[in-house]
Amino acid sequence: MKILVCMSNVPDTTTKITFTSDHKQFNAAGVQFILNPYDELALARAIELTEGGKGTVTVIHVGEASSDPTIRKALAIGADDAVRIDSPAIDAFFTASQVAAYAKDKGFDLVLTGRESIDHNGAQVPAMIGELLGIPSVSIIKKLVIDGTTGILEREIEGGKEIVHVPLPFIASCAEGVAEPKIPNMRGIMSARTKPLSVVTVTEAPVLTSIEKYETPVPRGAVKMVAADDVAKLVGLLHTEAKVI
Amino acid sequence: MIDIGQDPTVSENELMITQMVQDFASRYIRPHVMEWDETQHFPLEVFKQLGELGLMGVLVPEEYGGSGFGYQEYVRVISEISKVCGSIGLSVAAHNSLCTGHILGFGSHDQKIKWLPKLASGAWLGAWALTEANTGSDALRMATTAVQDGDEYVLSGTKNWITHGKSCDVAVVMARTGEKGQSGGVSAFVVEKGTPGFSAGKKENKLGMRASETTEVILDNCRIPKANLLGAEGEGFKQAMKILDGGRISIAALALGIARGAFEAALKYSKERHQFGQPISGFQGISFKLADMATEIEAAELLIMQAADKKNRHEPVTKLSAMAKYYSSEVAVRTANEAVQIFGAYGYTKDFPVEKYYRDAKLCTIGEGTSEIQKIVIAREILK
Repeated sequence: MKILVCMSNVPDTTTKITFTSDHKQFNAAGVQFILNPYDELALARAIELTEGGKGTVTVIHVGEASSDPTIRKALAIGADDAVRIDSPAIDAFFTASQVAAYAKDKGFDLVLTGRESIDHNGAQVPAMIGELLGIPSVSIIKKLVIDGTTGILEREIEGGKEIVHVPLPFIASCAEGVAEPKIPNMRGIMSARTKPLSVVTVTEAPVLTSIEKYETPVPRGAVKMVAADDVAKLVGLLHTEAKVI
Repeated sequence: MIDIGQDPTVSENELMITQMVQDFASRYIRPHVMEWDETQHFPLEVFKQLGELGLMGVLVPEEYGGSGFGYQEYVRVISEISKVCGSIGLSVAAHNSLCTGHILGFGSHDQKIKWLPKLASGAWLGAWALTEANTGSDALRMATTAVQDGDEYVLSGTKNWITHGKSCDVAVVMARTGEKGQSGGVSAFVVEKGTPGFSAGKKENKLGMRASETTEVILDNCRIPKANLLGAEGEGFKQAMKILDGGRISIAALALGIARGAFEAALKYSKERHQFGQPISGFQGISFKLADMATEIEAAELLIMQAADKKNRHEPVTKLSAMAKYYSSEVAVRTANEAVQIFGAYGYTKDFPVEKYYRDAKLCTIGEGTSEIQKIVIAREILK
């Protein structure tokens, strides 16, 4: 089985978000980037499905060379090879067009993505890729099993779950439950340096949206955040500062 | 979370290894740290997982089943684990650089083939036994003896302060094959678990590093094959000193991790804790402490990485590794001390992490050569 996993390079979850002075771009200066956590789930399931010589996993990313360390991490986790479309991911349709243009004639049996990237949270790219490739698209899946040439997918719906059967090839966006994210081992890190990372020239594609303005939320009042597992601190604060207990 | 990501001198491998260890430690170590500390539980299962990740044979070449990385990567591994739990950092350091390092450095090809794959994969846990009750820094006067009897050596004596003395599957033991006090009178041997006469004695109830097992090792007419001698007879002390040169980088990395952990906790707390209408980080009395802590940690890291770089290039590191170990250990103790001070009364309780860093840090100025011994080593080198 030949699997393509789409990956985004996103700011670390602890990043303090700021924008450029015209408020039109995210300020990436000094920011640590990571592999999008939902894409990690997709990658982990892809690796499970191909373990023991049952197939190959290719990761694809639309982005610039600054993303290469994150792509290497995907290779260290266990992807066989990687492709980087050498362009910023301008908007969802542009990004989907790049992935579809690459994947079109490569014979992938399955395309997996995360349910969304944790930066823009658009969740549009997977369905767009499906449409552009003319293959079925299933969003936000919690389980993925392949039975012969059929994918058996589980989706969470209000009050229950939905089981979807879909013929290969298809695209699915993955959420928690699909797999446990994998921690790369030292051998994986060592071999990531020698696995192929191809850089592919961008394909002409329309950019359908433009960002007018980014705004950060208005700071909330004097709320003191206490870590969920830090009961002792909460009790301490309620006692010594709020003086309610 | 990752504080080295923007540093251009840090390699992509080091960064990836740092992230990997942080991921592992936050999932499988951090949630249990206080419980293991309170109960003195030595979590053997964690070392199996660390083995699967390749962290039990970081410096062992791939041909012997290891990860084949250098000292810079090794320092990242030890310091990142120690940032979360000094005990696990200490155990990983002792396994990698002492036991495994000794067999890697001085074993024959056959000996390496026999033991390294098991140690590097984490299937076996290693110990290293030099110190005795009456001979710490003065190791040359050890009482443990090894007497040749046909194709065997008979080992007799008791070793103290041995990391993994009870749980180890294999130990490298230094014993006297010659006169007391003579450097050519000590040899190094590999003793496997289950060898008759090889057992663990008392488990120490320690101030810190309580989840790292420390016991006596008893050798009671313990017979081992002659083939278990590492290198030639009489070379054991020189081998041990060379191993300690590398071991000092390990303990320096351990100290660096503890210092960073204590500093990060104190930094965070100083921004959250308000007194007199402002975060306490706004007061110079606190911010100057943080400035000193941060500066000393950076300096310690540079010393360690300098020693690591020389070690990788097989250059002499006796002076630099002693400097790195001495300075980083003292920095860890000072940083943890100031961290407790910044936390105030809360820092004196077990509800916050800094009291543990304070207890754990103290080991660093004592284990694998006290600060005073490091100064003797440094002085001897610069006065040559």
